Amino acid sequence: MPQWIVSLSYLLSSALFIFGLKRLSHPRTAVRGNLLGAVGMLIAVVVTLLDRRILSYEAILAGLVVGSAVGALLAVKIHMTAMPQMVALLNGFGGAASALVAGAALYEAQGVPGAMTGQFTVATAASGLIGGVTFWGSLVAFAKLQELITGNAVVFRGQHLLNGAVFAISLALGAWLVLRPEQTGTYWLLAGVASVLGVLATIPIGGADMPVVISLLNSYSGLAAAATGFVLNNNMLIIAGSLVGASGIILTRIMCQAMNRSLANVLFGGFGAQPVTAATADSVYAGKVKAASAEEVAMLLETARRVVIVPGYGMAVSQAQHAVQSLANLLKARGTEVLYGIHPVAGRMPGHMNVLLAEADVPYEDLKEMDEINPLLKQTDVAIVIGANDVVNPLARTDPKSPIAGMPIIDVDQARTVVVIKRSLSPGFAGIPNPLFAAPNTLMLFADGKKAINEIIRSLQEAGVAA
Amino acid sequence: MENLIAVITVFVLAMFVGFEVIVKVPPTLHTPLMSGSNAISGITIVGALLSAGSGHTTLTTVLGMLAVVFATINVVGGFLVTHRMLEMFRRR
Repeated sequence: MPQWIVSLSYLLSSALFIFGLKRLSHPRTAVRGNLLGAVGMLIAVVVTLLDRRILSYEAILAGLVVGSAVGALLAVKIHMTAMPQMVALLNGFGGAASALVAGAALYEAQGVPGAMTGQFTVATAASGLIGGVTFWGSLVAFAKLQELITGNAVVFRGQHLLNGAVFAISLALGAWLVLRPEQTGTYWLLAGVASVLGVLATIPIGGADMPVVISLLNSYSGLAAAATGFVLNNNMLIIAGSLVGASGIILTRIMCQAMNRSLANVLFGGFGAQPVTAATADSVYAGKVKAASAEEVAMLLETARRVVIVPGYGMAVSQAQHAVQSLANLLKARGTEVLYGIHPVAGRMPGHMNVLLAEADVPYEDLKEMDEINPLLKQTDVAIVIGANDVVNPLARTDPKSPIAGMPIIDVDQARTVVVIKRSLSPGFAGIPNPLFAAPNTLMLFADGKKAINEIIRSLQEAGVAA
Repeated sequence: MENLIAVITVFVLAMFVGFEVIVKVPPTLHTPLMSGSNAISGITIVGALLSAGSGHTTLTTVLGMLAVVFATINVVGGFLVTHRMLEMFRRR
């Protein structure tokens, strides 16, 4: 096939990727958008398979079969609650593929006159570095989310110094590779040190900061692909890679803003590693916390005109999303308006809560962003907080010394009554007490999320029968 | 040098396009955006196929094949799981 047809096909694929992402701007057009992206990918793969440089298809076929089987199995089997792990894993695989391709290209270029340009060697080093960090960083993120290792921040003395030193070594190796590209061993050393860096950089980041980490790794996987595009001098790889890179950067920025923290603070902070002292918790809660039963909450809901549900990661943990949706349907059938207030960092990845609720058939029109729901909370009769803590903590507004100071929160305390469904008064990720739990208009329903919601539903139904 | 400037131009312009397009994706769809864009970053599969099939040396074939496996998981898994999620949003 002549080169110009290949290049034009790649251009078509690149355009399809852009159109595909553009259509992700609305739930109605998003399915088609994703399909457009897949078609773009298919065109790119088919055209490449017809390339005359390809002499044998055995290794290709084996790779495609194994990869497709594993990918399809993962995609079909994965639970929606486990989506953060899945995306982390996919990020990592993308990074690994880019690093392997750059490595292979380095060997293929040996002895070819004029192949070792500055662009080639610098990009190869970048691919190895970013790819290695992405792969191992993602594996650590996966292990944390899957709870194979502790989800808490792992911090130790001299950590920043060690990470800085490892980063410096990887840069030095990269520079050495650029100067002496014929020493192919340097590349694997670089990839190895980058792997160590990926692990070291991810372990100090704790559970609730995962949305930032996954977004950042998403961006890295794109940048690794773009770097490989520079290695192979392939515009399509550069375009697709930078689209993904940009996407990850935007999501990272949104997540950081939603916590009012800088990226540096998230990456180096070891946030939430210090446990809260019992004394401060006592002074906030002592004698002020009012516990309620499911029947009492049901009575409140009976007369409510507007109910706002604020979910957090705890809802995912207790798999309460279907129960929540049943409760919402029951209330709606009685003429109550039910909305959901979703904080940008609720859950373990951007948009995590939305996916869980969509799976439970909650219409996306009912899912409101923080800025949309906050003005409505003053005219809300009951706000139900389920499995969320820091994102509804009023200390963010009132205490400038608090670790979450200035973080935008969902103002549930403005609602007439707040019902907090939670197993205990234990602090959230930030490790600080939440004065909301002791507020005069707050009722605590101490129970597992799913069980509590089901009990409320039962009480409502019984009351309905009695009436 | 000419060539380097040309590819850097493509890179920078594509970044701008990426920012413009992705800023408009609503937070509701951020998870499918991540998995979908992730599938797109599996575009390295193109380079992987060439290395796996060109028969340069056994080593490059093996590296290429490994890369094909990783990239294919990324592409197939990414697009499929995104489709699964987006179907849930479209249901009503």
